[in-house]
Amino acid sequence: MRLSGEKWVQRALFAVSFSAIGGLLLIALFILKEGLPFIFNVGIENFLFAKKWEPQAGLFGILPMIVASLWVTAGAMIMGAPLGVAGAVFLVEFTPKSVMRVIKPTIELLAGIPSVVYGFIGVMVLAPLIRSHLGGPGLSVLAASLILGVMILPTVISISIDAITAVPNSYREGSFALGATRWQTVRMVVLKAARSGIVASIILGMGRAIGETMAVIMVAGNAVKIPHSSLDSVRTLTANIALEMGYATGLHRQALFATGVVLFVVIMILNSAASAMVKNRMGGRK
Amino acid sequence: MRIPPRFSQGIVVSILGLATLVTLSILIFIIGFILEKGLPVVGLGFLFTLPQDMGRAGGIFPTVVASILLPLIAVCIAVPLGVGTAVYLTEYTRESAVTRIIRFGADCLAGIPSIIFGLFGFIFFVTILRMGWSLLSGGLTLALMILPTLIRTTEEAIKAVPNAYREVSYSLGATRLRTVWRVVLPNALPGIVTGVMLGVGRSVGETAAVIFTAGSSLRLPSSIFDSARTMSVHFYILAREGISTENAYGTAAVLILSVLAINAVAYGLMNRFIRRRS
Repeated sequence: MRLSGEKWVQRALFAVSFSAIGGLLLIALFILKEGLPFIFNVGIENFLFAKKWEPQAGLFGILPMIVASLWVTAGAMIMGAPLGVAGAVFLVEFTPKSVMRVIKPTIELLAGIPSVVYGFIGVMVLAPLIRSHLGGPGLSVLAASLILGVMILPTVISISIDAITAVPNSYREGSFALGATRWQTVRMVVLKAARSGIVASIILGMGRAIGETMAVIMVAGNAVKIPHSSLDSVRTLTANIALEMGYATGLHRQALFATGVVLFVVIMILNSAASAMVKNRMGGRK
Repeated sequence: MRIPPRFSQGIVVSILGLATLVTLSILIFIIGFILEKGLPVVGLGFLFTLPQDMGRAGGIFPTVVASILLPLIAVCIAVPLGVGTAVYLTEYTRESAVTRIIRFGADCLAGIPSIIFGLFGFIFFVTILRMGWSLLSGGLTLALMILPTLIRTTEEAIKAVPNAYREVSYSLGATRLRTVWRVVLPNALPGIVTGVMLGVGRSVGETAAVIFTAGSSLRLPSSIFDSARTMSVHFYILAREGISTENAYGTAAVLILSVLAINAVAYGLMNRFIRRRS
């Protein structure tokens, strides 16, 4: 009796363990089901590479949004990646363990600040600053990049710290024994050994930046046009979905799901790249 | 001329230190700014009275209720799935192609942006399963979103339970199920609670996935089939539609304080758990 109960539990747990991958497949299935037919009907060139987004007129070009997403994300990376990695290196290699034990949880805590709050800070503080000092509408590529750059900091720092801490101490000791200073050791030994983990942290940060919605809606201005300068107002892929989902119907709604498909594919590519990086590191360590 | 290594190290360390300082001060500025502007608005009255005129006046009571109910529903759904998955991965099977697929699924799910969860929840739970904009649709969507965190933290917690505990239990004649239930899970509990709290924190702060699944009705929800507006959605609407900057700051302050408190409990528990184990 008891034995068969055990078997039953094992089977139930086996079934339950597919919940995450099952959820992922469901999400992929329904986003694709709603979005793909639209892409084929309208034609890839009229969707991905067309400049006009006028749902009432049946024009669904998302090129401006793609350019905007890329530009905003690139800006966020230029700001967030160096700052984040520098912070991680400093905390692990140049501060006492006790300091790091306080600062790392603080930074992870900050990862929990809701994205709408970041967006609000962008609107209330950053946009007026940009408007009065650099010109333009304020709500712009630059504002979005800066806010996203800050938002990805906790991700980049926390994963980079893990990668740098995972470098065995014997590497450092070997380098010190050869007479290298701490910085030389960090530059020539530690960073090389932790490279793939650091790259993974940057890729994950990039995924977060591309996928971020609410903060970007609030600070990017949302004008559908290909930006010519960092001070232009733009609308990203994510913002496009969230802004119009509330009232879209029919073909228009399918177009938004198709935008979701593009986003989904980009994110899956980034995630796979990041996890391949991490696996590489594990493989290299053996 | 060659720069002496000690000198260049000094320069680099100051630059790195400066970068760290900048990072920390930006993040602390954000919290300080919101709290400074928002806390004067917040009081018991603000928390426990109904909003009036779309939130222009009055309190935020319904959104507080929604911000408690929605994560609660999400956790109730996600905990059995997440803990079950973690138990299966650690106690019932060896590393194989199947476990790699399961882990890959969880990792990918963790990276999906919340707007995609929102789109999915809207088409699947709200439209196809006809749950409408409701706490249930929102809870199910959030459950999927927090599942990966829950699996990951529970797995770590279970792995940290020493093998000797299991061996003693087996030697006393306990079955595997009994060992998991009476020995492994109780000892892994703080780690599991950490995962739950992180999930709650994320649910409370989430906007994009919630607004399209739970809707944004400002009424007090009376059942899980009612639409409801969480604090973060309320804050977003107040701020974006320029309804009331003052109340937006107040809501943001409550929001930030709750999320930080929840995360602090989570990390506090995790640290105590790690210290006990090592």
